[in-house]
Amino acid sequence: MSVGTSARSLPGSGEERRHLIVAIVNNKPGVLNRVASLMRARNFNIESLAVSVTERSDTSRMTLTIVGDEVHVEQAAKQLYKLIDVLKVQDVTDDSTVEHELALIKVRATKRSRPEIVSVAEMHRAKVVDLGDEAVIVEVVGEPADIDALVELLREFGIKELVRTGSVVMSRGSGSIEEQVKR
Amino acid sequence: MAEPGHVPGAGSSAAIASERARREMLRDARVTSRGGVRPRIGADALCEAILLQGSDTIWGYPGGVILPLYDVLADHPGLRHILVRHEQAAAHAADGYARASGKVGVCLGTSGPGATNLVTGVGTAMLDSVPMVAITGNVPNALIGKDAFQEIDITGITLPMTKHNYLVRSADEIPYVIAEAFHIARSGRPGPVHVDITKDALMGETAATHPSAADIEAGLPGYRPKVDGHPRQIKLLAEAIAGAHRPVILAGHGVLIAGAERELLELARAAQIPITWTLLGIGVIDEKDPLAYGYMGMHGWKHVNRAIQSADLLIGIGMRFDDRVTGNVRTYAPKAKIAHIDIDPAEIGKNVVADLPIVGDAKHVLDALLPLITKVDPAIRTDYFAELATWRTESEGSSWHGSGGFRDGVLSADFVVDRIAAGSGFDANLTADVGQNQMWVARYGAFRRPNSHISSGGLGTMGFALPAAMGAAVAVPEKVSWAIAGDGGFQMTLQELATVVQERIPVKIALMDNKKLGMIRQWQEIVYAGNYHSEQLAGPDYLKLCEAYGLPAWKVSTPDQADAAVAAALAEDGPALIWFEIAERQNVYPMMPAGKGLSDLIDKWGDDGEDVTEGDAGPRLDPMHPTEGGPK
Ligand SMILES: Cc1ncc(C[n+]2csc(CCOP(=O)(O)OP(=O)(O)O)c2C)c(N)n1
Ligand SMILES: [Mg+2]
Repeated sequence: MSVGTSARSLPGSGEERRHLIVAIVNNKPGVLNRVASLMRARNFNIESLAVSVTERSDTSRMTLTIVGDEVHVEQAAKQLYKLIDVLKVQDVTDDSTVEHELALIKVRATKRSRPEIVSVAEMHRAKVVDLGDEAVIVEVVGEPADIDALVELLREFGIKELVRTGSVVMSRGSGSIEEQVKR
Repeated sequence: MAEPGHVPGAGSSAAIASERARREMLRDARVTSRGGVRPRIGADALCEAILLQGSDTIWGYPGGVILPLYDVLADHPGLRHILVRHEQAAAHAADGYARASGKVGVCLGTSGPGATNLVTGVGTAMLDSVPMVAITGNVPNALIGKDAFQEIDITGITLPMTKHNYLVRSADEIPYVIAEAFHIARSGRPGPVHVDITKDALMGETAATHPSAADIEAGLPGYRPKVDGHPRQIKLLAEAIAGAHRPVILAGHGVLIAGAERELLELARAAQIPITWTLLGIGVIDEKDPLAYGYMGMHGWKHVNRAIQSADLLIGIGMRFDDRVTGNVRTYAPKAKIAHIDIDPAEIGKNVVADLPIVGDAKHVLDALLPLITKVDPAIRTDYFAELATWRTESEGSSWHGSGGFRDGVLSADFVVDRIAAGSGFDANLTADVGQNQMWVARYGAFRRPNSHISSGGLGTMGFALPAAMGAAVAVPEKVSWAIAGDGGFQMTLQELATVVQERIPVKIALMDNKKLGMIRQWQEIVYAGNYHSEQLAGPDYLKLCEAYGLPAWKVSTPDQADAAVAAALAEDGPALIWFEIAERQNVYPMMPAGKGLSDLIDKWGDDGEDVTEGDAGPRLDPMHPTEGGPK
């Protein structure tokens, strides 16, 4: 039997990029574990995950950043939807949004370098929230790329500790993903 | 909470009041099977909830933390508890019960090892979308997380292999959770739900009432399966069908789950489309129907795979284009547009790119599609159907089917399956195990009725046949239930012979003894160049084994003995076994080697007729002349 020369394309062979997914889930014990377990089992690569309670105490909001092509990420969203405790999933990558992250950066400091660190921080609209003899803690809130840039600059002084919350995101305008949850 | 012996409302004269009082009493207190009244506890609520959901059988095994349930089981006479010999069998039995009847199967085990033993059966149900509620006991609340005796994080274990799971810590939660578990198990794309209940929750007194179906649905905002397909997509499908010259329907388990066999046939007739089926789709159409074309995939019929490869439109309904069906996706049906109907949105675009996706229940979608179908004049399909008929004759004629079994007095597996099916009037439920026997059942079972074929397709669990057939026999007593198992799979769960004897479950067992892990041997022969290892399988004298268990049994070694043994086994009221000593080296052909495509089938009887054995395996072993001897 002859087989056509054109090969059928495989799902998920498109271009990879970073996607931002928002999920509204029941605020119950174990839900985070369900989401994390699903992502691991299905081989989806989570870059960051931020979770907190929403305006309603019975729901939580998760912001996931996943790297993959459109089909791959759509598959992740569909698999998330299959979890009974997941109420709403939305890929907001291409929406108009505010995406912010918070980082705390503990930077090695000496008497001499301290003023320099403070001015670098201020230039990046970051705050110094702890001033010690040998270290300062810089707090910055902003877009991940801006935080990356600041971290790069502070690396010169020596970073002792770094923690980032992962992105949280909200769409601009009056639309609300929480209001879209059907109850 | 009523005290024992106290009847609330007793002495009231008004009939309504007394009825209300009686109900109150039933809710809060139980008259025990041993007389006397005791409080209603969580375990009672569990039994009531299962009965309210329409399931009447629990397949289970007791243990420490689940004993409070066994303490009240006798007080719920509507609920039959069947004691298995291993919890894995309880899960498979619940699975077979569900597949044969469409009801939710219920299985039960204690904490720790009882629960882990259930896991294989739960996973089997998950991969095949079988509605099941698996219940386990757990240690008392205060001991959770303390590594107590027989404590294991079983909800952590079942999380990735259930549709949903629960840990229940109080008696009051039980009615709601069980009702929700049944609802989730059977709706949408069905699947197993696991409910882990602490010992205190089983023992705690409770007056909690059972919720209504509406309560349950309202309480699940995150779970609203979409059953109706999008009208625009359905219209596009109707247009695609009208424009197709070589359409093929690929029907799967979803058609059976939805009960859409009639709609499927109407579509096939109206638009003159041949129906092919997946392993779990067997039974979607009477195989004798002129539009029934056959079983597809890795060990499917060559003519079926050929039809798929040459199609211009594939209509997948309630199936998931898994790797056993498509082979290499890049070379799969290269000229075809793919329409894909499934209730699970995640299946669409997962394995193949669908040109025309429709999310919905097969029955709902087909119902909406049928009025849009323009009736096709069969004359238009004359050439297409003539070609299909030629291919079919070629591929069916090339197997042993129907003739080979008698050749040289060799008992071939396909012949055995054929005699079992025919001897049972093509009306029995045939449950397969895994391996070559499974493929022979799929190819030669000649199924004529929905849900009459039961097989572990997704997980491919050896040891499935006997316990699952047990479940089917209990669920559908009016039909004969056969377990057709290889010698390997049979030896994995043969302890259940004691269950079928004790409970007089009339399962008929066909042991397909090739004294080998046949499918392993076949792969080692064909894929690993005859480098055999660990494929020889010693077994007991199965007649003596059955005698020990108290089960009538027959041994069949030549084709002429087959019909009489089948008739004798069927004549028994209770369980019976036939030990078929089949050809030791028969292969399942055709075969699609892993990674290859549907057009690359190895077919010993194919056009090229090439000898597929290479390497140092010595002279090719002719399956027509199996070697005698070998380990018993
Ligand atoms: C629990 C389990 N272990 C291992 C396998 C891998 N496996 C698939 S088929 C097969 C051989 C089955 O032998 P038998 O039951 O005798 O059936 P036959 O192929 O001979 O018909 C094995 C080991 C499996 N499917 N399930
Ligand atoms: Mg075998």
